Amino acid sequence: MSRAVIRAQGVSKKFQLHHMRATSLKERLLLARKTVSEDFWALRDIDLEIGRGETVGLIGPNGSGKSTLLKVLAGILTPTTGTVEVHGRVASLLELGAGFSGELTGRENIYLNASIMGLSRREIDRNFDAIVAFSELEPFIDNQVKHYSSGMYVRLGFAVAVHVDPDILLVDEVLAVGDEAFANKCLARVAEFQEQGKTILFVTHGLDLIAQICNRAIVLNHGRMLYEGDPAEAVERLRAFMGTAENQEDGLVGSGLLEIVDARVLDPRTGQPSRDFRVGDELVLEVDVKGLPEAPAARVRLMVTSWADYWMYLMETPPDLLPAGGASRTVRFRVPSLPNMQQVFSFSVALLKAGTKDVLDARRFGDQFQVHGPAEVGLSQVDYTYELLADRTHELPADRTHELPADRTHELPADRTHELPADAEGA
Amino acid sequence: MQSAADARASAQSRIRLELLANLVRKDLKVKYKNSTLGFVWSMANPLLYLAVFSLVFQFFLRSGVPRFAVYLMSGLLVWNFFNTATMSATGAVVDSANLVKKVRFPRVVLPLASVGFAGVHFALQLLVLFVFLVPFHPQTFGPQLWLLLPAVGVAVLFTVGMSLLVSGLNVRYRDVEHLLEIAMLAWFWMTPIVYSVGLVQKHLQAKGLFWLYMANPMTSVITAMQRAIYRDPVKVVNGVPTQVLAADGYGFYLKWLGIAAVVSLLLTALGLWTFQRLQADFAEEL
Repeated sequence: MSRAVIRAQGVSKKFQLHHMRATSLKERLLLARKTVSEDFWALRDIDLEIGRGETVGLIGPNGSGKSTLLKVLAGILTPTTGTVEVHGRVASLLELGAGFSGELTGRENIYLNASIMGLSRREIDRNFDAIVAFSELEPFIDNQVKHYSSGMYVRLGFAVAVHVDPDILLVDEVLAVGDEAFANKCLARVAEFQEQGKTILFVTHGLDLIAQICNRAIVLNHGRMLYEGDPAEAVERLRAFMGTAENQEDGLVGSGLLEIVDARVLDPRTGQPSRDFRVGDELVLEVDVKGLPEAPAARVRLMVTSWADYWMYLMETPPDLLPAGGASRTVRFRVPSLPNMQQVFSFSVALLKAGTKDVLDARRFGDQFQVHGPAEVGLSQVDYTYELLADRTHELPADRTHELPADRTHELPADRTHELPADAEGA
Repeated sequence: MQSAADARASAQSRIRLELLANLVRKDLKVKYKNSTLGFVWSMANPLLYLAVFSLVFQFFLRSGVPRFAVYLMSGLLVWNFFNTATMSATGAVVDSANLVKKVRFPRVVLPLASVGFAGVHFALQLLVLFVFLVPFHPQTFGPQLWLLLPAVGVAVLFTVGMSLLVSGLNVRYRDVEHLLEIAMLAWFWMTPIVYSVGLVQKHLQAKGLFWLYMANPMTSVITAMQRAIYRDPVKVVNGVPTQVLAADGYGFYLKWLGIAAVVSLLLTALGLWTFQRLQADFAEEL
């Protein structure tokens, strides 16, 4: 590609984990020499060159140094060794709305935040309307930000960050805020940036996303670069590394001693396989396992992942739930009440040898079930019930009262649900 | 294309006046958003000082300076500027932790904005003071008033140096703030704000220690401010001449302002160096 816009050479970052570090001058004098510290290398010898117009994904297990690398490139952290060169304006979407002042209005915060990111007043004036339109906050733009909901706050933050006209966009997991509509809006904007030839660096757990939108990916582990290159290959390697690869024929994991035969999603009310659920429903996941006589004791780990392959929740059995020896067994996981995350879910199953991290077998089951619910607006939802009370003008029969599924009504104490007095119904 | 991008990159790490102005404006807005009286409140502090010190020195101790109100204000306002700026700069980086950890921008603007914020108040208070001086102390508006410029200049430079130094240090050692609070109180009494510098001079010059007293840059600034606003070095009260200020000629003031300017430059260099060295770790320390 063209000239590198980001160049990192021999970058390492050391954090010192301090035990008894002096955090005041007083302690400094008293403890003069007793400071004990432990070095922790978050990044080791990173050499990186990213050209203009590239979209690069950064993936790796938690604690592998992805966010640290992003912060070093963003100029927020200073590398312990090595050099970082960045050519162009950087917008870092590390946390949306960082630096908003609650006392100021939305309008004032737009000017302040964009100014902090390096825009001149003229540039902000030019972009102001676009920012407000993107945030969909026109009616509230002159209200103090402290009165905004968290969803509004995030929208404003995102609107400013993507309108600072960056040459380089650094994104850290902000797409994980949970709202699919919002995530889609972010992605649409990212696609636009790609068309404009901007450079994008992405940290994400959404592995499918990496393959979809990146032209290059970097796998990090323990601060070192494990792999750099083709995104599909990178994702494959990470999955293999994490023990969640879709195909295990390559023998990376799996000795064949213990095998995952199948897995399915069941509706506990019917006992039949199902894929459509509602928020708050009970869900059952079954995993069939077959072991050879020499199979060791093992545990089952099940990771439910989102539409974009974000790790949503993990379920794990005790270490030796599956006893040693050859047998065909079925393990059943039960989720009593599905959390309010309305999307399509996949899951990955792994069998791990008791007391170790050795993966005996792992399989991924894509696009398994979907959770529906009331229309989703905003970042978060609350539990609630509703009912239609007798309508006195039309004399509806009393049994037309609607409620959410029975198991959710108990979340409000009976005396808190609003009902008309009994005598009113007969009126 | 590349050079335009580089220019935009440097806009994210260079100290821009516009950003500084925006931060100062933010602080002012946040401070006065919910108060209808707004800026009038910032007059409360000097007026309170005036009331208390007048009471103590004029009525109880009867040892005060003639025209005490003018004398006090000519030193107090610049001291308040120094004190407020330094104290709020101490917490400037720590209070903006969220920003420092998430956004790339020149961190130096944080303590500088504290100085700017205090500077706006200083300018407005000075303006109000001059309005009062027109009828009550018209002799202020004489040729000596130009001393105000170098005095304020040195005050700003010294304040910038202090602010840079303490705001960086406070991230690493959080008790700098408390230490400074005590130090500021002692410092206040080491400068001739409520008592006459002429009195100190009389006592110390015999021992040859007056230079030590003057070596405090804030004293140099304050004595020059007093010469500019209060004007008369000697006041005659009931037929007895009282030496209020240290000297009549400008040479004395310019010499000490010059020394203070050099000290301020060194302090600013030290503060900048310390800040730059420490700021690499800001995002980790916060």
